[in-house]
Amino acid sequence: MSGPETAAKTVKERAEEALRDDYLRQAVRFTTDRLRSARLQAAQDQGNWEAWRERGRQIRSHTIAHLDYYLHRFAENARANGAHVHFAESAEEAVRIVLAIAERKGARMVAKSKSMVTEELHLNRALEDIGVKPVETDLGEYIVQLAGETPSHIIIPSIHKNRRQTADLLSKEAGEELPTDTPSLAAFVRRRMREVFLAADIGMTGCNFAIAETGSVVVFENEGNARMVSTLPKTQITLMGMERIIPTWADLEVMATLLPRSATGQRLTVYMSGISGPRRPGDGDGPEELHIVIVDNGRSLQLGDPEFQELLNCIRCGACLNVCPVYRHIGGHAYGSTYSGPIGAVLKPAFRKNVAEWDDVADASSLCGACAEACPVKIPLHDMLVSLRRRKVEAGRAKRPEALAMRAYAAVMGSAGRLNGALRLGRLAVKPIARDGFVRARIGPLAGWTRHRVFPAPAGEPFRERWASLRRELEREPAAMDPAVRRRLEEALRKRKRNAETEEGGERHGG
Amino acid sequence: MKVSLFITCLCDAFYPRVGEAMVRLLARHGIRTEFPSEQTCCGQPAFNSGYWEEARAAARTLLDAFADSDFVVSPSGSCVHMLHRYRELFRDDPPALARAEELCGKTFEFARFFVDVLGIDDLGAKFPYKVTYHPSCHGSRLLGVRDEPERLLRNVAGLELVPLPYAEDCCGFGGTFSVKMSDISGAMVAEKADHVLETEAEVLTGSDMGCLMNIGGHLRHRGRPLRVLHLAELLYEGVSGA
Repeated sequence: MSGPETAAKTVKERAEEALRDDYLRQAVRFTTDRLRSARLQAAQDQGNWEAWRERGRQIRSHTIAHLDYYLHRFAENARANGAHVHFAESAEEAVRIVLAIAERKGARMVAKSKSMVTEELHLNRALEDIGVKPVETDLGEYIVQLAGETPSHIIIPSIHKNRRQTADLLSKEAGEELPTDTPSLAAFVRRRMREVFLAADIGMTGCNFAIAETGSVVVFENEGNARMVSTLPKTQITLMGMERIIPTWADLEVMATLLPRSATGQRLTVYMSGISGPRRPGDGDGPEELHIVIVDNGRSLQLGDPEFQELLNCIRCGACLNVCPVYRHIGGHAYGSTYSGPIGAVLKPAFRKNVAEWDDVADASSLCGACAEACPVKIPLHDMLVSLRRRKVEAGRAKRPEALAMRAYAAVMGSAGRLNGALRLGRLAVKPIARDGFVRARIGPLAGWTRHRVFPAPAGEPFRERWASLRRELEREPAAMDPAVRRRLEEALRKRKRNAETEEGGERHGG
Repeated sequence: MKVSLFITCLCDAFYPRVGEAMVRLLARHGIRTEFPSEQTCCGQPAFNSGYWEEARAAARTLLDAFADSDFVVSPSGSCVHMLHRYRELFRDDPPALARAEELCGKTFEFARFFVDVLGIDDLGAKFPYKVTYHPSCHGSRLLGVRDEPERLLRNVAGLELVPLPYAEDCCGFGGTFSVKMSDISGAMVAEKADHVLETEAEVLTGSDMGCLMNIGGHLRHRGRPLRVLHLAELLYEGVSGA
């Protein structure tokens, strides 16, 4: 199965493979359907959802606008708590920092709770390369690890697998045929994980939110494994993207309202751990040493960019994946990066400065806007996808045939006279290949269309040619306008003119 | 009072009957319309593909065409929404930007023009068929025209409106997306068509010919052709007893 390093294929090719995988499509459709209705229900039960979203957006935007200040505060407070805070500008640097800690501790096993940043860094492979065994303790991550794959969803890593496939993987690992019911499978994993928690030299976690005012790391989870991982091993390493910060614990209330509801429709996550430093004298448990690695890896490129700064507002809930009709059909691996779905399609190119390294992932969207509508912090993902496409064109990285087609488009659409001529030509060109008003032939630029649909032949008389006679006909017997309708039109016009004069008060409507 | 038609290039070239239905419905209510023939296309295909310079070439024809219109009416929520993107498209061109702002303020999607501007939600139509409505993403989600088409349909005598399952899901059209990512788009339209067929409706209607061309074209390709009508066509047929 594909993973982050399958750049040799295009997104289009990977999507075509995924579209042939009925198991994958069924599994993804089943789970995203459940998640998306659960989210809507949870938002409705909560009430005032739009106000919560707006509050969430404001907190995130404020924090990102002052990220230098809050990061500094967080790091100072975390250090005062006794944590070691490391800053890593690149993925390589973050990996070096983690490997150095592992080597210094003589670690043989790392127990990991769910962390997308570690996936982004390909940390498991780096650990294996120096002889350290990373074990994913989140059930979904564990399944994906056993399969030798990468997560295909931000929240549900093994969303692409059905129960049968999961049972097969776990049975193989158990060395016996396990019953396929959830309690039996979970019981096996639980037994296995208890051994891992006790044997691991290092516990590794991600971070959902980092609280600047106290230097604390907050982890949301449902299985209790992150709490074990941050309690039992002697050393804890927490990896976080540099944008995970929020100013205060009061802000966490808003995030804790938005994140679980948007992700899975839960009112509250099962476990929410706030970690402020390593074990202190008198504490019953906790790691002796706590390292926090703060990762940039392309994030700071968005700062100060008016089109992309809001990208850092993301709280990684996965709601945009669950509502995306493209994700629904192709799953996560087709996106070819750690992060998939609409957020992944934006993050992947946006985190790379060099446009030459961008693939066609930003094209994998119909721009339907479902992602932005579902986003708990209102990131305009569909607008960002358009901006990415524009930057690619401006950088001269667009495909040649497309660029030529667009030049022709501009020439034709730049003047009604040329459009007129083009309409005539179009009618002539299509005539020989159309049958009962439709084109079915898979030729030229139409091939992609006609593989799945018929294409209409142009009308014999376009509207612009029809207009003169239509107008004459209608003017022969004009109907009278209802005075109430006339008053409404005149009032609308007066109101618009008033607004235009006062400038400021100009009311915007939706068209 | 100058009410102008923004016919959209798609309706101009492929579906002039949609524009004609809209014009005739307006005329029945005493609204005399103009067709400024300088108009071409809103620029959306180029804009969404990242070719903003090319999009501006098309967009300028609309700024010119509707410069002295009081109201502009269009049979496409998607194309009307594109006018709202002119704020970005012309952000470095203040005179064009001002004209674009003005154009946004006076341009209305067909159903919204009738319901919200004219205050008419019952056209006196009769259409004794089982109908389902596909709310296009750009018109409903982005432009915010959500209840108006349904209000018009609910007031049609004899019409049985069957809710479309997963109505809010994109049909997979997405302009150039349908050609560039044709197989993803094909999977999306296949699922949409499944939902349409599930309703057992006799007629599929909507407010954007892009989506309807896609869904209708797929149904025909599959050998399950269904009557597909733009909302304006359906209403006009309903009032003229055709």
